[in-house]
Amino acid sequence: MNVLVILMPVSLFLGGLGLLGFLWTLRSQQYEDPDGDKARILNDRWDELPDDGGPVPRAPR
Amino acid sequence: MSQDAPAATIARPDLVLHLPDIHCAACIASVEAALARLPGIREARVNLTRKRVHLCTDGLDADGVIDALAARGHRAQRLDTDLLAGRDSTGRDLILRIGVSGFAMMNVMLLSVAVWSGAAQATAQLFHLVSALIALPAVAYAARPFFASAARAVSAGRLNMDVPISLAIGLATLVSLLGALEGAERPGWFDAALALTFFLLIGRYLDHAGRQAARSAASELAALEAPQALRLQGGREEIVRAASLVEGDLIRVRPGDRVPADGVVRDGESDLDRSALTGESRPQPVAPGAEISAGETNLSGPLTVEVRRAGSDTRLRRLAELVAVAENQRSRHSGLADRAARIYAPVVHLLGAAAFLGWWWGTADGWRALDVAISVLVITCPCALGLAVPAVSTVTTGWLFRRGILVKSHTALERMSEIDMVVFDKTGTLTTGELVLAGDPPDAVLALAAGLAQASAHPLSRAIRAAAHARGLAPVPVERLRERPGRGVEGRHEGREVALGNPDWLGMKADHDETVVGLRDAQGATYALRFAETPRADAAASVARLRAEGYEVALLSGDAPGPVARLAAGLGIERFEARMSPEAKVDWLRARRAEGRRCLMVGDGLNDTGGLAESHASIAPGNALDAARNAADLVLLHDRLTAVSDALAMARVATRRMRQNIWLSVLYNAVSIPLALAGLATPWLAALAMSSSSLTVSLNAARRMR
Repeated sequence: MNVLVILMPVSLFLGGLGLLGFLWTLRSQQYEDPDGDKARILNDRWDELPDDGGPVPRAPR
Repeated sequence: MSQDAPAATIARPDLVLHLPDIHCAACIASVEAALARLPGIREARVNLTRKRVHLCTDGLDADGVIDALAARGHRAQRLDTDLLAGRDSTGRDLILRIGVSGFAMMNVMLLSVAVWSGAAQATAQLFHLVSALIALPAVAYAARPFFASAARAVSAGRLNMDVPISLAIGLATLVSLLGALEGAERPGWFDAALALTFFLLIGRYLDHAGRQAARSAASELAALEAPQALRLQGGREEIVRAASLVEGDLIRVRPGDRVPADGVVRDGESDLDRSALTGESRPQPVAPGAEISAGETNLSGPLTVEVRRAGSDTRLRRLAELVAVAENQRSRHSGLADRAARIYAPVVHLLGAAAFLGWWWGTADGWRALDVAISVLVITCPCALGLAVPAVSTVTTGWLFRRGILVKSHTALERMSEIDMVVFDKTGTLTTGELVLAGDPPDAVLALAAGLAQASAHPLSRAIRAAAHARGLAPVPVERLRERPGRGVEGRHEGREVALGNPDWLGMKADHDETVVGLRDAQGATYALRFAETPRADAAASVARLRAEGYEVALLSGDAPGPVARLAAGLGIERFEARMSPEAKVDWLRARRAEGRRCLMVGDGLNDTGGLAESHASIAPGNALDAARNAADLVLLHDRLTAVSDALAMARVATRRMRQNIWLSVLYNAVSIPLALAGLATPWLAALAMSSSSLTVSLNAARRMR
């Protein structure tokens, strides 16, 4: 049963990773526009974020 | 990831446009490409879910952006950022708690399954201790909303649903912790405490999300038409928000505009459509010196108005606030869930206490007694009860929203299901508010009238032209056409003066019950052209459907008896009242309430707001005044009146399903409580009962609607 001592932290760690991932999606506002994200997959342009210099002309891939 | 932190700037945009028509990837690309090319825009991001585009600009004017989008074929309207609902922090908080409790529940459940399937002694104690390590912080964090609400209720001397919930969660965690520390052979309840938290948080979130969606849609409607005004400043016109006007400002009100503030006409003559405030369909002439109120619509000539009261001081707003008092009365209506909870909470407490005392007295074993009491509290868990009503109302409001019906109040569905009488307002609700030529004037008269009407944009002139066009008549040419705002139009025909307009102006005797326009022809003879309101295309069908479904239909109007009686006859409404002041409407509805009738009021004007608030439930069409939409429980986002019977039918289905759900969870309890009282309920049985009852009510809610 000594293997439990290793397995339990491992399982908790993996579960915790999942929780952190969920928190990250929440924090980076990935639930703001589900319909838009669904549609943007089909977009053939780069969807980069313009930095302070303003929108970069988008080159076709 | 396409959404790597749209970050601080785009989260706080300085310009938000509503794009009602976008629906696909190509639309997003074309909008964003069009905006990227526009100078002065730092960042633009389309949100397809909300059909909006958020812009960060260098102080750009909305009109330029809207024109640029129109050139690419996208309709855009400005949304007032101040009126939009802010970010939904409560909802995010609840999701976070759901995530934490879900994570903890799954991990603890894994360990519990190991214990249930036979782990013993040292292993079992280790598992219990690890469970405690996960469960304690998780419960402390995730269940805080329940603890807080229960504490508030208890300190106010009341019992709500959260009291038994908190008691069950708290006791289960505490007793299991003591057991784990002692290494006792008693069962642990950590998984039950966490599952309880998890399921109840989901119910709480559904409840919140439904209300939030309605609120943000309602604030979007308000933000779409944040009233603006044309202020005259040093000979120039500038567009300002109506709320920022102050007394003494001069504003210009163009034909077709809604008056943004109360004031006195300084210059210009026109006709005003006051139906939103009074319900009267006939336009009223105004001249310099006349007082006008916010909410009225200018019809024919431009007016210069000196502002007397603006923003929240206008007559419109103050009347709307009076309504808020009546509103309170209805918000005291307690929903099904509240009523169930009120019976439920004391019963659970009594059962728990009885189980504890009974077992203590019977076995003299305090721990055993406590254990049974906890199992009773956990098993009678209002999980299913907590989900029963919110799950149904979430599904229903979503269904209605997709069909253009916005549910604003969370008890609206239940109240709608009790309705037995539907009361309509006339102008703007059953009718379009537009007038058409009635009767059958001779061709020559109509052609001459149409010739004169060409000079004017007045709605009655438009109606005359439309009638002539429909009959295939060419307008008679009239020379020297002059519009006299507030009076009519005059000109020369066959070398003689002819005129079209207000009967009083033409020296005709007019029947004040009707909308009549006078015509004086070249021979000096006068004719009266009568007008009637057009009922909405689906008004007759909706009324017929409501009557077929067993609702009594009534019509209350502020208009004169003649037009009201004609419309009622045309639509087959037997019960109608004319010349109703706003107070009379409220009294009428109160009288019906006293008779035990449950009335649904459908109205759009300020004169209806009292009625909307007083009636048992209320609906406002989307083109209604802001005040009316605020007072109403449901708002129609389009102009189809058949939505009224759709909403009523849905409300009946939803309420039936809420009842079913409550009975289902009672049934689960009826089976499991005797087991728990007998001391036979083990943690795994509790987990099974909890999940299956929650699943049952959720599935019942999600069942196809019809």
